[in-house]
Amino acid sequence: MTARLTARELTLGYGDRVISTRLSVDIPDRAFTAVVGPNACGKSTLLRAFVRLLGPAAGTVALDGRDIASYRPRSYARAVGFLPQDLVAPESITVHQLVRRGRFPHQSLLSTWSARDEEAVAAAMAASEVADLADRPVATLSGGQRQRVWIAMALAQQTDHLLLDEPTSFLDITHQYQLLALLARLRDEGRTIVAVLHDINQACRFADHVVAMKDGRIVAEGACAEVVDATLMQEVFDLPSIVVPDPVTGTPMVVPTIGAPSPAPGVPRRAW
Amino acid sequence: MSALVLRAGRVSARLDRRALVAMAVLAVVGLGLALLGLCHGARMATPSQVLLALVGRGDSVVVIRDWRLPRVAAGLVFGAALGVAGALFQNLTRNPLGSPDVIGLDAGAYTGALIAITVLSAAPTQLAVSSVIGGLATAAVIYALSLRSGLSSMRLIVIGIAVNATLTAVNTWIVLRAELEVAMAATGWSAGSLNGVDWAEVRLPFAIIAVLLVVLAARAPAVQQAALGDSLAVTSGVDLGRLRLLMMLVGVAATATVTAVAGPIVFIALAAPQIGRRLAGAPGVPLLPAALTGAVLLLAADIAAQMLLAPISLPVGVVTTAIGGCYLIWLLAREVGRP
Ligand SMILES: Nc1ncnc2c1ncn2[C@@H]1O[C@H](COP(=O)(O)OP(=O)(O)OP(=O)(O)O)[C@@H](O)[C@H]1O
Ligand SMILES: [Mg+2]
Repeated sequence: MTARLTARELTLGYGDRVISTRLSVDIPDRAFTAVVGPNACGKSTLLRAFVRLLGPAAGTVALDGRDIASYRPRSYARAVGFLPQDLVAPESITVHQLVRRGRFPHQSLLSTWSARDEEAVAAAMAASEVADLADRPVATLSGGQRQRVWIAMALAQQTDHLLLDEPTSFLDITHQYQLLALLARLRDEGRTIVAVLHDINQACRFADHVVAMKDGRIVAEGACAEVVDATLMQEVFDLPSIVVPDPVTGTPMVVPTIGAPSPAPGVPRRAW
Repeated sequence: MSALVLRAGRVSARLDRRALVAMAVLAVVGLGLALLGLCHGARMATPSQVLLALVGRGDSVVVIRDWRLPRVAAGLVFGAALGVAGALFQNLTRNPLGSPDVIGLDAGAYTGALIAITVLSAAPTQLAVSSVIGGLATAAVIYALSLRSGLSSMRLIVIGIAVNATLTAVNTWIVLRAELEVAMAATGWSAGSLNGVDWAEVRLPFAIIAVLLVVLAARAPAVQQAALGDSLAVTSGVDLGRLRLLMMLVGVAATATVTAVAGPIVFIALAAPQIGRRLAGAPGVPLLPAALTGAVLLLAADIAAQMLLAPISLPVGVVTTAIGGCYLIWLLAREVGRP
């Protein structure tokens, strides 16, 4: 496994509040990595360190062996793209105007709009199915439509690495699967994808690599089939479950046993 | 899509049609007002006389080229500078109320100018430099006081309004304590006025403003990109720390340069960016429409100030305060009336 994006011995936190200490992780190149873990365990914090939104108190994040802090802002933004978790669009901006903003790191003082920019925007809008919304103000869209517009903007940036924080939130079930398939397709084209996902079954179906976090630590890491089992679910999420093969893909499928009428097979009943 | 893409070799740009039309209209209105301003005076001139005088022919060359033109040019250039300064600070604070005149930067620059007049010898460079220092010091104080709550907070605005009130009182005190001659000059000026502006006075300020606008023009796309919010701005390649510093410095310098010559002209910086944004139908608070709207507003206000009580010429600040006051009431009513 090769990795261009690596974190070594990171200490991450906000002010005096330490979230992670001595965190090391490699992002496998040209692979789809899913980051999973309970709320507030530090997933977004880790992603923010990879995109220079949060400077580590100790340790380094490197791209191609070079500290990411030493890159010029635009050249880093051409290599690593990010979709944050909570976004607000500027007042009265239209879908097309917003997606175009994704081209910012590719533009220069003289060339503020090239044919390549136009193509990238058109391709991104087609891929996340927002082409027919092009002239609508973003503020008038539904939550899911808006999320797809933000994804289009991230795609338009055309980076080798794309980090997405809960990209499936707000999307209906069909659009969730379509987005994950799109990310897998981008991976097949040679991009490196990292996504925070809350649905373990989706993570196992689409991702090559899983990073499971709890309380700021990485608890397990590796191919889904090797790391995801009932013990891990209990340890990371405190969730009693059974893990069966996904009938469609054969990848691990977690079935929680909470709400089962009688003791589920293979799981001791817990006093809730 | 309603956009024009211009290409010439490796140079290319994309322009939205609505914004383009709005800016062309503003430019035409500005030129029309400039012609009106050059015609108007104790002796009315016809447009053809004005055009002849501008190329140095006819018998009113001195009146039009040396007396009226610097004032008209000052109206346009200073208006543009104030509009841009307003747009910069409204972008920084993410608030339509966060403009330099509301948060006390004009008043601070004016304090600097008053100190230059009363204590130093009031040479144009001294005036400009001490105005800028006054504006920067005010910005630093406001920033330090609102550090805990961040740049984009109502707290910063409230602190700025308090600083503005304090500095206005300080300015009045300085004028009261000054010698009679100085005090009389400063009083006419304290409302913000373009009366009697001549070429010698505006040459340096025009040069400073031109440099500021050129520096800023190169970073205008980054200012727009920063309107996406801190996260996306950083991850799409904006050097946010440096950009903010540049925006702050340019905004303060533009405000202070105008104040050094014309006194604190309020409300142009507050209103122009929002009017320009609506006219251009643009997202965020764009800079170019703010500059054009500011130029048109200040020149129109100055012409009105000369016409209202002719032959007496009011300080233009009186007119901008009257118009701007109405706008501020409307803005506050709308913000409060919001669900
Ligand atoms: N700006 C901030 N200032 C202070 N503390 C913060 C800040 N952002 C996050 N935290 C804290 O850091 C911890 C980790 O937060 P983080 O956002 O990384 O969680 P997460 O794993 O992404 O959770 P979720 O699944 O809910 O998005 C939480 O305890 C949170 O309260
Ligand atoms: Mg999160």
